[in-house]
Amino acid sequence: MTLELKQIGKTVGGDTHIYPTDLVLEPGRFNILLGTTLAGKTTLMTLMAGLEKPGSGQIFFNGRNVTGQPVQKRNVSMVYQQFINYPSFTVYENIASPLRVARLPEPEVRARVERIAELLRISGLLERRPDELSGGQQQRCAMARALVKDSDLILLDEPLANLDFKLREELREELPRLFAERDRVIVYATTEPTEALLLGGFTATMHEGRITDFGPTGRVYRQPRDLGTARVFSEPPLNTAEVLVLDGCCRLAGNLTWPAPAGLGNGPHVLGLRPHHVSPRREQADRVALESRIRVAEIAGSESIIHFDVHGAHWISQVHGVHPFEPGSAAVLYADMSRAFYFTPDGKLASAPAGHRPAGGL
Amino acid sequence: MTRARWLVPTVYILFLLLPIYWLVSMSFKTTNEILGHFTLWPQNPTLENYRTIFTDPSWYMGYVNSITYVSLNTVISVAAALPAAYAFSRYRFLGDKHLFFWLLTNRMAPAAVFALPFFQLYSAVGLFDTHLAVALAHTLFNIPLAVWILEGFMSGVPRQLDETAYVDGYSFPRFFIRIFIPTIKAGVGVAAFFCFMFSWVELLLAKTLTAVAAKPIAATMTKTASSSGYELGLLAAAGTLTIIPGAIVIWFVRNHIARGFALGRV
Repeated sequence: MTLELKQIGKTVGGDTHIYPTDLVLEPGRFNILLGTTLAGKTTLMTLMAGLEKPGSGQIFFNGRNVTGQPVQKRNVSMVYQQFINYPSFTVYENIASPLRVARLPEPEVRARVERIAELLRISGLLERRPDELSGGQQQRCAMARALVKDSDLILLDEPLANLDFKLREELREELPRLFAERDRVIVYATTEPTEALLLGGFTATMHEGRITDFGPTGRVYRQPRDLGTARVFSEPPLNTAEVLVLDGCCRLAGNLTWPAPAGLGNGPHVLGLRPHHVSPRREQADRVALESRIRVAEIAGSESIIHFDVHGAHWISQVHGVHPFEPGSAAVLYADMSRAFYFTPDGKLASAPAGHRPAGGL
Repeated sequence: MTRARWLVPTVYILFLLLPIYWLVSMSFKTTNEILGHFTLWPQNPTLENYRTIFTDPSWYMGYVNSITYVSLNTVISVAAALPAAYAFSRYRFLGDKHLFFWLLTNRMAPAAVFALPFFQLYSAVGLFDTHLAVALAHTLFNIPLAVWILEGFMSGVPRQLDETAYVDGYSFPRFFIRIFIPTIKAGVGVAAFFCFMFSWVELLLAKTLTAVAAKPIAATMTKTASSSGYELGLLAAAGTLTIIPGAIVIWFVRNHIARGFALGRV
């Protein structure tokens, strides 16, 4: 079971929603689509499902061209962000509906529905209607309906986004177990980098209708192919600055210098530094001191997120511990430049931190 | 202060109910008592008026005719409006917003405008004095209304519900009948109620397009007043019976009407 997109594109009324895209998705692991809202994740999923016809390109399933095939004939399942269930059906009827449409004998329907309800821990709710369930239970019902038929492709479109924090944690822990040992392609869309890292598998980062990078999640995180990918895969947003590299020395805004990583060529570069590598404490002597003006410091429990201006750029520091700062006050923050990414002016990765070499030549 | 709190609504409700009370009270009086002297309630209550209506075909057929064409109209209007409302709710097409608004403008002309063309047209094609003639004439203003109401309810249902059904393997007709219509059944109820109501109270087209075979009750009531002198008790009984179907229908949809109003579609 392999899903292959060849030059799939979609244009709606002059607006390009998906630029021609090539993608090969393998079964037995999470294929994560990571991108902000409106990046085109949902559109790409509806194209994969066959709910919409692509404007260009072809879709192959197991080497078979399914481009023109309607969704009813494709054997796919889909779970949406908005807990979609059939309101007039009970939970049992909801889960049973794909099997009943496929005209399975009733005893088998019952057996499969009960097994899947057990797996999703909603066995006690089968006679209720969806509007009598909590949000988490409604989403469990929707997932049960998606899992009950042996579909070849399961599409999960931000399934945890509308749940509160505890339920999200709980269901996310269960996800790998639910989808384990199944020979089917699983696609999971999310806006949250942490969710992608927790689920593992492979990640495709999306930005404005393009797939900017695709590979094992850890590789995409540590060695993003370009600046756009690094931006998508950073939360809080990636700190960037223009730096000049000259003879093994990086120079920011004229007066800040630090040694350039080995192998980085001369010339202007774009520096990318994740917020957790900037701290108000000087943890080691080689940290680069940034003379800054505080915008606002947000204390989120045991973590502080400090927004500040440095040399005309808006940067963010994410650190453990409570670090109160007055808005507008001057402060010095310390950047761990050994963890920085360097990109060429046109956005290609030139250097990734700590021994990770960019894969593609550059 | 506490007295005023219940006094005002009580007075208001009494004021609203007064004509209805007067009608019901008259229906239990003889015509002589009605014309004779002022009485607050029937002095010699009689069921004679109701007996006449339920035994004389020229009376009770009026009700049968009215209910026939009103039901026919409700079924046709809702059945035609369901797919139309779905299209307006789910698809974007050239001029969709203009068409949607234009539908409503059909309600803006007085029914009298359409009386002559309908009369001439139906006479020509042999539909004159049939239940279908009145039912079809009333769809002119009921279909736009039903489309307007149903579109509001349908747009409240996320598009993902449709997609989920297709993913589950439902064909469009099966999805529409098995899943979508049950999902918006409140809306169907509200739309049917308004079609029923407007068709039930409409007199001009119903009277113009019928003669004997499909004559509505409202027409029977006005005829009796003019030809066989004063039969006020009988008219009051007929009026009372005319209120009842509307009251029954309102009772059934009362919980959903509020939602229809809340959607701004009624």
